Amino acid sequence: MAEITYLEAIREALFEEMERDSNVFCMGEDIGAYGGAFKVTEGLMAKYGEQRVIDTPISEAGFVGAAAGASHMGMRPVVEMQFIDFISCAYDMLTNYIATARYRAFLPCPLVVRGPSGGYVRGGPFHSQNPEAAFLHTPGLKIVYPATASDAKGLLKAAIRDDDPVLFFEHKYLYRRIKEEMPQGDHVVPIGKARIAREGTDVSIITYAATVWKALEAAEQLQKEDGLSVEVLDLRTLLPMDDEAIVATVKKTNRVMIVHEDTRTGGVAGEITARINEHAFEWLDAPILRVTAADVPLPFAPPLEDYVLPQVTDIVSVARRLAAY
Amino acid sequence: MATRTVSRAPSRPSDVLTLEQKVELYYWMRLTRSLEERLVNLYRQTKVVGGLFRSLGQEADAVGSAFALDRTAGDILSPLIRNLGSMLVQGAQPLEIIRQYMAKGDSPTRGRELNIHFGDTVRGFVGQISHLGDMVPVMAGVTLSFKMRGEQRVGLVYVGDGATSTGAFHEGINFAAVQRCPLVVIVENNGYAYSTPNTKQSAVKEFKDKALAYGIPGVRADGNDVLATYDVTREAVDRARRGEGVTLIELMTYRRKGHAEHDNQSYVPAGEIDRWEKQNDPIDRYVRVLLEELHVEKKELDAIDARVTAEIDAATDLAEQSPAAEPTDALVGVYAQPPEVDPLWYRTGVRSAVEKNERAAGWGTFNG
Repeated sequence: MAEITYLEAIREALFEEMERDSNVFCMGEDIGAYGGAFKVTEGLMAKYGEQRVIDTPISEAGFVGAAAGASHMGMRPVVEMQFIDFISCAYDMLTNYIATARYRAFLPCPLVVRGPSGGYVRGGPFHSQNPEAAFLHTPGLKIVYPATASDAKGLLKAAIRDDDPVLFFEHKYLYRRIKEEMPQGDHVVPIGKARIAREGTDVSIITYAATVWKALEAAEQLQKEDGLSVEVLDLRTLLPMDDEAIVATVKKTNRVMIVHEDTRTGGVAGEITARINEHAFEWLDAPILRVTAADVPLPFAPPLEDYVLPQVTDIVSVARRLAAY
Repeated sequence: MATRTVSRAPSRPSDVLTLEQKVELYYWMRLTRSLEERLVNLYRQTKVVGGLFRSLGQEADAVGSAFALDRTAGDILSPLIRNLGSMLVQGAQPLEIIRQYMAKGDSPTRGRELNIHFGDTVRGFVGQISHLGDMVPVMAGVTLSFKMRGEQRVGLVYVGDGATSTGAFHEGINFAAVQRCPLVVIVENNGYAYSTPNTKQSAVKEFKDKALAYGIPGVRADGNDVLATYDVTREAVDRARRGEGVTLIELMTYRRKGHAEHDNQSYVPAGEIDRWEKQNDPIDRYVRVLLEELHVEKKELDAIDARVTAEIDAATDLAEQSPAAEPTDALVGVYAQPPEVDPLWYRTGVRSAVEKNERAAGWGTFNG
């Protein structure tokens, strides 16, 4: 079977799920006739028609709310944010209405909100965001952020089949840069399970999305230059978080670094640090260190963006510090 | 009750209602008012937990509009805080309402939500949230599903005059209009959003004129006339069912009580509430129609009043016996999967969170 990109893997998941279940439908800005800003949904409207591939007005709160209503009635909407940065326009709908619906009113909300996220693409402050931490704080939502093409496909299929609302972050830097052969058959990756992207014994790097690849590059360099054995844990799902996998890697290496592309203060790394502190403090031989973006809106110019975002060199230097403890 | 129908040729939808149905409208309005009056008593006895919201003076608009839906067809509405009457028409029970207000463990939300914030899509009402305007996009989606599946069902969503200022109202109604969803949007214009009068809410003179911006019809009716409310809603419901899309209805009414029971209405001009009570009470007005135009006998209405009281008494007795909510039930049902959230470790009797992950020997081991 041929290799396909991360973006094509997402598209394949959409086609397969729409084919499998007539309750699945897509909504978003420019996703139909145009095929979406990144062409993720290209060909969907031609195959499934305007009823199931809906071009919406520019109104994120409107169509996310509509997705909620349709999902109460048994539909399984998949909503695209043209850029995930715009998800904040639907923040109220997601956090107040959708996340609470099952709990307060026993209303099922089996819906997916997906969209291109992340930086390293010179997108500037409003086309590069990683807003996952803003939603991590909301019980009732699930958050998925895949790093590989096969995970993108398998996790999106799982998200669409999930009976709870899932935010599905896609890293746009990875859209066309990575390729992989898809596993045979109905490939579904369970939500809530992390993946060891590289086995190691000296230092653990806990990360997700595009920085998984930065961590792998750093691990390779550290192996060659320092003889350090670095384990890379790709979380894949942020909510619910795979505490078991986190504790297991802590027990194995006793030295932990958390890497994410999102800004530092109030980021996911802080939450992971607290969990390790509560559940595996005695297994640590060094403080938990974070490599993240600086606490600024993400600037556009290449020297600025590169300076703000985590780079391989940052991960390498922090890993050396950890190993020296 | 004998079967009596109005004999003149039908010119408005309510003309084809049977006299039984017209008397039933009275029952729902009376039930709404008396149930709220009972809740006030329970509130004063501190048996109601949290705030109490009244719809005094707005019973006709809630009841008349909901009555225009077809419950056998599976029509669904989303009520606002002053639509107790609409929910009762759709099948909500006084017992459920009282249990909700008393935060009982067997209330419809098992103590998760307050007052009339609960729903049942089978009976046809979707639980609202406090964020005004949000139910418009949600009901756009509910009715979008009707359209997608080719079902002949209609949705009705209520907003107040205040919610018309929200982005969600605009986005939801615009989306529904573009998609020609079978949706009726009712703006209950009761004069105030909490303490804010309409003049500070919007520069439009009539909220129905907002329909122009969405390319849909906007109509206005007397919300304190239950038959007029029924008529205008029924026409919009029929239109939606025919696949002709969204209608915006503005129902003119008046909120005679404060935003909630604690509100002393200091912002209301002197005499305004009295004037509405004396001249434009929806139940008084409808009683006159029933007695003078439809020749219903007074004793028939008295019998309904007695029935309402008996029903509310029975519901109150049962609700008072209901158990309080079970604390650990708070962890159930956030997600379909996992069905239950883990309790916090210090509530489970273990001595520390690390207990099961303790290192055999090493520095820093906690010996407490």
